Amino acid sequence: MSQLRYSKDHEYVRLEGEIGIVGISDHAQSQLGDVVFVELPKIGDKIAQGGEAAVVESVKAASEVYAPVSGEIVAVNDALENEPSLINEDSTGNGWLFRVKLANPAELDGLMDEAAYQEFLKTLP
Amino acid sequence: MRYLPLDDQDRALMLARIGASNIDELFADIPAEKRLPGLIDIPRRMSEMAVERRLSAMAARNVSAGSVPFFLGAGAYRHHVPASVDHLIQRSEFLTSYTPYQPEIAQGTLQVLFEFQTQVAALTGMEVANASMYDGSTACAEAVLMAHRVTRRKKAVLSGGLHPHYAEVVRTLAEMADDETLRLAPDVLAREDIAGAIDNETSCVVVQSPDFFGNLRDLTPIAAAARAKGALLIAVFTEAISLGAVRSPGAMDADIVVGEGQSIGNALNFGGPYVGLFATRAKNVRQMPGRLAGETIDAEGRRSFTLTLSTREQHIRREKATSNICTNSGLCALAFTIHMSLLGETGLKRLARVNHANAVALADRLAGVKGVSILNECFFNEFTLRTSRPAHDVVESLARKGVIGGVPVSRLAPRAGLDDLIVVASTETNSEDDRAAYATALAEILS
Repeated sequence: MSQLRYSKDHEYVRLEGEIGIVGISDHAQSQLGDVVFVELPKIGDKIAQGGEAAVVESVKAASEVYAPVSGEIVAVNDALENEPSLINEDSTGNGWLFRVKLANPAELDGLMDEAAYQEFLKTLP
Repeated sequence: MRYLPLDDQDRALMLARIGASNIDELFADIPAEKRLPGLIDIPRRMSEMAVERRLSAMAARNVSAGSVPFFLGAGAYRHHVPASVDHLIQRSEFLTSYTPYQPEIAQGTLQVLFEFQTQVAALTGMEVANASMYDGSTACAEAVLMAHRVTRRKKAVLSGGLHPHYAEVVRTLAEMADDETLRLAPDVLAREDIAGAIDNETSCVVVQSPDFFGNLRDLTPIAAAARAKGALLIAVFTEAISLGAVRSPGAMDADIVVGEGQSIGNALNFGGPYVGLFATRAKNVRQMPGRLAGETIDAEGRRSFTLTLSTREQHIRREKATSNICTNSGLCALAFTIHMSLLGETGLKRLARVNHANAVALADRLAGVKGVSILNECFFNEFTLRTSRPAHDVVESLARKGVIGGVPVSRLAPRAGLDDLIVVASTETNSEDDRAAYATALAEILS
């Protein structure tokens, strides 16, 4: 499994070939609490880095998911429709949100690796 | 700044903050001819008794619905509301508690809203209904905006049978959301090709039944045509009593059902407050606007009620909310719920049958008047007359003879070239004497 890269908005992307698998970080799911609903983009949608791509709703709040990279949606995790709790159980595995064909792989360089993200979390209040 | 006592300086500050130069600019959207040019014609100083006398004289120029044979409909209907409805809604627990949505203190109100929603869902044949909207027309506009969110398309097709006021409200709100509305020409005989107006960009088709002219429409083929293009069918009604007699919009495959609930529990009230009904399929519930009461259990396992799915709403989602409505027509919805409970399913069906029978009896009588034809093939409690003289004049002449005979179509659709049409409604409140008076007066006018 290739390495996760994180955004400051707590999304991750994991590269598989030229496809990026996107979800929210384990930290994000634990902050949100029980996820009850996920609104996913449509296959074929074009997303831009930093733009709104999905919505994750928990018992506490509804939060936008911002695209960590630009590209075109090629798959979405339909299993979340009936089982949104997959995000709580395994946000970086079975709880992925969508797969995106990267428009600009260089964007990955601006994201944090695991160690940098853990350091970033320590700076948060 | 304190909230209530506004002086000129406060006003100037507020106007400057929002970028308006004077109060009048805030009313720019209201056509000038609809605004009062100044104060009404009452001296600045007058005794209380004298003011009462003056206003009573002005009020006496109105004709009240209950005082004459009365056949107005076209979106607002005169029905008998049992006295017990008014008595119960005036209990202080209901009447004076302001926005009582907190489950800790408002189980009674929340239960009423839950039962209201259950009744609306059952009547419309849908899976979920909200706790009500302001009125039928705003519910209709909200449905169009919801269809935009569900389909991610921005073009709404409005049937020519949709009430002209509803079409105007839809257009006003849709424009704010950069939506396009395609409004078909007024369709007196329900023969428009609405399926032909749907394309791959269409978010929804909005069809009223019974329509503005009284025609009952089979929505099933329109729902199929919409579905084939990925669009939603929004079914609209202005006469809720009709749901006691016709197939429910849900059974005809509508995706969203909206309508006016005034007929049940609420008087004409000079045009409002009314209560908008809004129902849809469960799969679309997260795109639904408005308050939603849900059933749950409390910490001790008892059945209880609370607002639910609030993440759709403005106080949680701010500008991303499904709507800027953050309330409901609580008291009117309460009246609806109580009246509906008193009627029950059997009562509503009987009431609907009486309405239809009265309308048929009236249509038969009026069809016998020389110079009159009835245009509808199939109607519930409202139909359209064609008269041999301009409808506006006929209605005015009827009023002078003490009969409020209907709404001239030209009044609501002034540029449609439909100057010889009158929309006429008849409910359970009309007697045989009323019908006789109408037919006699009409025969005199048209002879």
